[in-house]
Parts: sequence; structure tokens; C-alpha cells
Amino acid sequence: MPDTGIARVETAFARARRQGRAAFMPYYVVGYPDLETSVAVFKALADAGADLIEVGVPFSDPLADGPTNQMAAQIALRNGTTVRDVLDTVARLRAQGVTIPLVLMGYYNPFLAYGVEVLCRDAAAAGADGFIVPDLPPDVRDGEEMRDLCAKHGLAFVPLLAPTSTEARVRVAARAARGFIYLVSVTGITGARDRLPPDLAAFVARVRKHTDLPLAVGFGIARPEHARQVARIADGVVVGSAIVRLGLRDDPVGAVRALAQELAEATEIVETTVAGAEQ
Amino acid sequence: MNEKTTAFAWPYPDPEGWFGPYGGKFVPETLMPALEELEAAYRAAREDAAFQKEFDDLLRTYVGRPTPVTYARRLSEHLGGAHIYLKREDLAHSGAHKINNALGQALLARRMGKHRIIAETGAGQHGVATATVAALLGLECVIYMGMVDMERQRPNVFRMELLGARVQPVDAGSRTLKDAINEAIRDWVTNVRTTHYLLGSALGPHPYPMIVRDFQSVIGREARAQMLEQVGRLPDTVIACVGGGSNAIGIFSAFIEDEGVRLIGVEAGGRGIETGEHAARFADPQRARLGVLHGTKSYVLQTPDGQIALTHSVSAGLDYASVGPEHALLREVGRAEYTYATDDEALDAFRTLARFEGIIPALESAHAVAHAIKLAPTLPRDHIILVNLSGRGDKDLETVRGTLNL
Repeated sequence: MPDTGIARVETAFARARRQGRAAFMPYYVVGYPDLETSVAVFKALADAGADLIEVGVPFSDPLADGPTNQMAAQIALRNGTTVRDVLDTVARLRAQGVTIPLVLMGYYNPFLAYGVEVLCRDAAAAGADGFIVPDLPPDVRDGEEMRDLCAKHGLAFVPLLAPTSTEARVRVAARAARGFIYLVSVTGITGARDRLPPDLAAFVARVRKHTDLPLAVGFGIARPEHARQVARIADGVVVGSAIVRLGLRDDPVGAVRALAQELAEATEIVETTVAGAEQ
Repeated sequence: MNEKTTAFAWPYPDPEGWFGPYGGKFVPETLMPALEELEAAYRAAREDAAFQKEFDDLLRTYVGRPTPVTYARRLSEHLGGAHIYLKREDLAHSGAHKINNALGQALLARRMGKHRIIAETGAGQHGVATATVAALLGLECVIYMGMVDMERQRPNVFRMELLGARVQPVDAGSRTLKDAINEAIRDWVTNVRTTHYLLGSALGPHPYPMIVRDFQSVIGREARAQMLEQVGRLPDTVIACVGGGSNAIGIFSAFIEDEGVRLIGVEAGGRGIETGEHAARFADPQRARLGVLHGTKSYVLQTPDGQIALTHSVSAGLDYASVGPEHALLREVGRAEYTYATDDEALDAFRTLARFEGIIPALESAHAVAHAIKLAPTLPRDHIILVNLSGRGDKDLETVRGTLNL
């Protein structure tokens, strides 16, 4: 029986590392620009070489998101997309032979409305492998509960860290994390940016001192050259808005596939790195 | 009744920021250190006599406190029942209770070395109060306001600009208070190192509900002492409108431990609960359930799938999908009760108070007045109602002119 949940996430990072790559981790939103297209986009991302996909759950008030992801969520909700649709999307992708980790990313209120315990059970049954909840810190009462429920169902629980995080908070996240830790590259909201923040490497190194878990970096990574730079310092590269904004193209599936192939190639570590030097 | 009759203990929030099952901190990680910093700064300021003295001095010499308690003689005689008294927050500088909290937090921001403040506003009263204290203390100020609200509160937009603030229109979502808060939080996430988010109501992540309550508690402390001095006893009933709930918690806080005093919060009933077009979180169990919005767990008007519902009220300041967590607990333990007044009832009260007392209330406050008008005739002559008249109605004249036949 193949790995599921935390084990599948760990395997994906281990495989990428073995192949001298950082994991390529695209984000896309279920129900945008419509449900069928989004399913096809997720499939295309998997085919184009994604190591793990962040499956976006739309919310009416996404306060950590920039205009691109806000718009995508609004369109998805206008289409009537529900948490149940997200779980069904995961199940359909599994039925289509997608074997990479699928991690659900969304704000807390729709999960709370669904019922967190039932959600963890249903998510595991649908074939999802974990949760990223940007407005649920791991040390708040509900965060601790969700972490425990994820653990009960073998699911990854992925806390976020930010450049503003103190050493104490880095330790909190390192203790709570199962699967990997998501590092927010910038002090800010999601959205494509022209360049990476200069202190990113120092931030990653600061977290690295506290954990051996894979560290994925997201927010603002839009271009292959960004992905190339991040791949040198982190274990995973998350690209969201730059892919999401292709969803309104005439051929969103083709456009996403083309960019995803470029990004996947960019995460191959060609230059001498610390990891390379060890081999 | 000069002494507290019972000791109703109210040890909230707990150290983690919870009011029983309500409250907490639900924010992106980027903001967690800022909330910890804010809480530490606030706790230090609260113990610092110099900070308290500066706050108290400015409340007296700049805000114009204490605000009076006025006996609404003609209105009480007209209704024939309980005597109605009004706590006159409409007479505070800038026209509403919002200035109490804005001043306290702006002093706190300066103490933390943050020289840029941002705020959301619905009716514009909190935006005006924030712009006012920013001018007073020489701080940079940006106010986020939904485009729908900018349209219905034009005079306040001009006032904020006159005071030197930049008013940033919010075109997202329902383009009202909820979306203004989203944008303010996005700004804060981006500029958190230099910026203080001056949240205007008793909601949001801990420590905001505690800080806002404490800075607004001057309303209740004054009113309690004034009732004892002017009337010789405490009121039997205290009534306040509840949007996020800052004016209500400000006046309730002084009476929570006086168990004999009935506390009533009045939500916006909009076009009626059955229409679904309202902002009455406690009156509509089908649409309002326990949820998380803007960093706090409380009652939230939402769809069955957990999307935040659109709300309606004639008063922009009550037009919000959630309610401060302390109110949720006060209701759960039965210490306060919550009801609603519809748009029409509030508009009637607006006109009635103007005609009988020469006081034009804010449309928000008119909801509290509306409930007092309903309640007073059912009560005996020796019953005393204290209404928190949280703001004045100048800003609402355009809205009301469109709906009232005078």
C-alpha cells in the first residue's frame, strides 16, 4: 500500500532531495475559474512535475492574500464552491492517478463550520495528506486541537513562520509541525513580486537551527529565476499567485502546464550547494 | 445601593485572551509577535502612572470628559413609565465615544515607537477619532473605508481628510466595514514593524478586546458615579447599541459586578430578522453560529459552508457580521441580554429624540434609544433606564433625509 498523509509528504521531500532538487509546490484554488477547469489544472500541475500541490479552499475574507488570490476565491465562491467540493476534487485527482501529496490550504472558518474532527476524517478518506491554515497559529487552543486531530488521522499539520517570528515562536512551530514548515518569505501578503527579499537566506538559516523538518518557502515567488534562487536555500518552493493568475487565460490548463514545467526545472539544483558538496 | 450589592466575579479575558469559549488570537503568523508586543506594552502602560496621567489629562482637557448624564424629562413623561437618562458620549470631542479608545491606543503606539497608525472605519466615527488623535500627536494616519460606507458617510470622509489622514477606499467584497478591516489587516501584515493597527471596536485578536474595553471603561465609571451623585442610586437597566460592541462594553463594564443592574445590548435588526437583511448576530441562530472572523472566535453571521454573510443596517457602524467576544460570554452566562431594533425603529427613535430632547443621536445610538422607547412604558415610574448615547447624528443627516418625511 502506498504512503498516505505525513508519510507521503515526507517521501516527496526525500525523493526531491535525493534527486538534487527542491520540491516544487504549486498552489491553485478549487472552483476557479470553474470546478472542472480547476480539476484539470491540478492534474496538469501534477503531470508537469509538481512534487506536492497546495489545494486552495476559497474563503470570503482571505486576509493574508493579495488581489490575485482574493479574486480567485471570489470567483470560486460565486460558482458555489464548498469544502465538500474541495474534498471531492482531491478524490477525483486520486482516481485519475495523481499520487503526489495534496495538502489543503485555507482559512479556519470554513473548516470550523464543516467540523474539524469530521473534516480530518473526510479529508483522509478523500486522499488528502494535510492542512495549512494561515490564520490558525499552532499554539492557540484551536490550533492545538486541529494538530492533534490531524495526527489522529495521519495527516500533516503545517504551521507557518514569518520573518517577524521570534526565536520562541520558531520553537513553537518546530514542535507543532508534522510534514514540513511553511516559511512566509516576506512581511506581507501573497502575490507575485519582482524580486525576493534580501534577508531570505538568513531567515531560512535561522529556522534551520531549530528543526530537521523540510522548510518550504512561499509568498512572492513568481518566476523561474526566483524558484532557482530559493531552491538553493530551502527544501521546497511554493508558487501561488503567479500560477493562479493564469486561471483566466483562454487556455488556463495549457498556460499553467507551461509555467509549471519551467518552474519544476528551475528547482533542480545545478550549481554547487551545501547539499551537493556533501555528495 | 452605594456599595456593590454582590460580588459577581468577572476575571476575563484569561491570560491566553479567552472570554470562556470566545476570543483568542486567529491571525497570520506575521502578526503574532506584534500582538505579543502590543500586549506587553499595554500591560506596562497600565501600570505606569505617567501614562495613565497623560491619558486622563487629555480625556479631561482635550476630549472634554467627563461627559454629562442628562435626564430625558420630556421623553420620559411622554412615554409614561421608567425614567430615561442619557450618557452623553455624543458630546465627546469628535462626536462619539470612539475618541476614548483612539486616544488611548495612539498614546500606546507612540510609546511603542510606532509613528504610523492605520484604522478601519464603518460609519466614519472611528476614522474621524483616529485622524483626530493622529493630528494631536503628530502621527501618520491611513484610514481604510469601504466605498459603500464612503458614499453614505461623505461628511466624515471630508473631516478625516481635513485632519490630515489619507482615506483609502476599499473596493473589495461588500465594500463595507468587514472589507475595510480586511484591508487594514493586510496593510498591517505588510508594515507591521513601523505601524500600529488602531482597531476601533472590542473585537479582533487578543489583546484588542481587552484594550478597547479598558480604554472605553471610562464611560461606565463616570456614568455609575454620576447616577449615584445625581439620582442617589444605580440605574435598574443600562441599554447600549452593539455593533462590534465597544460603547456597550465600555458602559457595561462598570456595572457587571452590580448584579441587580440589568444590561441590554441592542443589535441592528435591519429590515427584520426574517428577511435575513440585518446584523443581529444573537437574534438569528439559523444564520449566526460560532465562527472566526478577523482574529476572534465569536458569533458570526455566515453561510452553512462557513463563508461570511453580507449584513445590512441603516447605520454603517452596526453593519458587521460578528460581535465582540466578551458580549458572547456575557450573554452565555446570562449577565447581559441582547435584543435588536430594526432600521425603521431606529429612524423613529432618531426623530423622537430630536423632537423631545433637542438631541440628534447617531443612527447607531438610535438603536439603543429605540429599545428604551419600547421598554419604558412597560416599566413602573420608579424604574431608571440609563441609555448610552454613544454618538451624535450630524454624520447621518443625509441618510436620514432620504428616508424620513419630516
